[in-house]
Amino acid sequence: MKALRNFLDKVKPSFEEGGKFHAFRSVFDGFETFLFVPNTTAKRGSHIHDCIDSKRAMSMVVIALIPALLFGMYNVGYQHYLVHGEEASFWAMFLFGFLAVLPKIVVAYAVGLGIEFVVAQWRNEEIQEGFLVSGMLIPLIVPVECPLWILAVATAFAVIFAKEVFGGTGYNIFNVALITRAFLFFAYPVKMSGDAVWVAKDPLCCVGSENALLDGLTGATPLGQVSTGITEITNAVGASMSPMDMVIGLYPGSIGETSVIAIAIGAIILLWTGIASWKTMLSVFAGGILTAMMFNSIGANDVMNLPWYEHILLGGFCFGAVFMATDPVTSPRTECGKYIYGFLIGFVAIVIRCLNPGYPEGMMLAILLMNLFAPLIDHCFVQSNIKRRLKRANK
Amino acid sequence: MDLFSKKNKETFFTPLWVNNPVATQVLGICSALAVTSKLEPALVMGLSVTIIVALANVVISLLRNTIPNRIRIIVQLVVVAMLVTIVSQVLKAFAYDVSVQLSVYVGLIITNCILMGRLEAFAMQNKPWESFLDGVGSGLGYALILVIVGFFRELLGSGTLLNFRVIPECLYVKEGGFYMNNGLMVLPPMALIIVACVIWYQRAKNPDLQEKNN
Repeated sequence: MKALRNFLDKVKPSFEEGGKFHAFRSVFDGFETFLFVPNTTAKRGSHIHDCIDSKRAMSMVVIALIPALLFGMYNVGYQHYLVHGEEASFWAMFLFGFLAVLPKIVVAYAVGLGIEFVVAQWRNEEIQEGFLVSGMLIPLIVPVECPLWILAVATAFAVIFAKEVFGGTGYNIFNVALITRAFLFFAYPVKMSGDAVWVAKDPLCCVGSENALLDGLTGATPLGQVSTGITEITNAVGASMSPMDMVIGLYPGSIGETSVIAIAIGAIILLWTGIASWKTMLSVFAGGILTAMMFNSIGANDVMNLPWYEHILLGGFCFGAVFMATDPVTSPRTECGKYIYGFLIGFVAIVIRCLNPGYPEGMMLAILLMNLFAPLIDHCFVQSNIKRRLKRANK
Repeated sequence: MDLFSKKNKETFFTPLWVNNPVATQVLGICSALAVTSKLEPALVMGLSVTIIVALANVVISLLRNTIPNRIRIIVQLVVVAMLVTIVSQVLKAFAYDVSVQLSVYVGLIITNCILMGRLEAFAMQNKPWESFLDGVGSGLGYALILVIVGFFRELLGSGTLLNFRVIPECLYVKEGGFYMNNGLMVLPPMALIIVACVIWYQRAKNPDLQEKNN
């Protein structure tokens, strides 16, 4: 650690004004503050109530995502061997998943951070750290068969148009990772929805099964099956699934969203460190459960008849509630606002699932929609607080 | 009288870029979204609007001293409606496919804000020749944005330009390649984003146009 510090101090002058690497100042700065807590302090005002800066907070979120990531890798390999009908060891499955997922992580980070570095240098600002989390979220919310160049295009689009044009990290209205997914979903629907993209079928770098695919293979996500009128949910090879299987999460879906257990570990880390708001998380689940129960009692189509606990366990609901809805930038700042915001996310997600057959999964659109309303929710609560206190003061 | 005096040149050239009706005045956005998913309808639409604005400007400018102030909007509308009908009939007769693609939007040129804007703001106060130049300039400025938007939307959304294949067929997934058309380009939101990029570029080139923060 000491040697690293000394090395950084030694090379620092060449990155400062007039140094020969000044063009890479923002890159150096970004790495230095990534590795070490900066020595500078705020010049004005006293806002600091904790020594954790936003890079540290972002790192905690990345750590919280790791269980979902590791499980996602395993699941990718598991599905691959499953549909080929081949037995494989745990490590063979994991290796396959690792090879399938790692390029996506590398591409998301390279494209996103590349754009951030260029923009920071151009504006003469520090590199902002928001992309540390987005770059990890993006690979977790896409299907495994999503081509890398499409992922790169979508990431670039989201970073430029959802973040940089609004002023960078902390100013974006919409969650950047979800904009990436929305772009993919509307621009390349063939690669983002349907039955064919959720299971990796071809071997990668000589790893994987050479067997032919099994007969009777569906490969559709559980929610995809429900929306096409299949009442008994099956996994990729047609075996029926119990709620326990849904909790464990060995079924086709976006890479990181399937396992409720892995997401729960992430949720515990986020809540324990106080980075995510339990109010948002709780109210998303409350909204989703109540809405699903309401539709259960109506029961006019197959999706409405899906039991409420399966609504919560399947698809991106848990992942969205834990990692997306709690994004501190795009969710409301007011404490009461968080309840309303979360509740409406759960409500809208289930409404989209039940009432729009075109979108089997509504979580992405629900969170993006509520991102849009977060400032309005804040405004209403702030104004009502001001009014109430004025009344009290004038009494 | 000098037909191409400095002032007249300015009348013609400012609406092309600096005072562009779409990018600067933000008029006629709806049709910029509606007809630009392919380059060909965008071109035809741009030319139709150019012809209509130019001729309407001339007619109104000739009548400007005889139109009673109270009913001037009605008179302007009648003139525009006549021209729109003529253009619409010509398109149906000689370019039927394009007129089918443009569908109601040719008829809706009558509601295009650029038209009434130029008639009210320019043709009512100026002589026919100046009004003609202003109309052609405004129309071409509008057409320019439409063509830019249509170019990118058709190229990235369909892989063609004016229905000629630009991105080779062999790159596509179904032919064994890797490439796919961007479906979002065909949807209207992308037109807005491209218009926004044009505005971004235009403001960056002309810092005078940037709105001041109060």
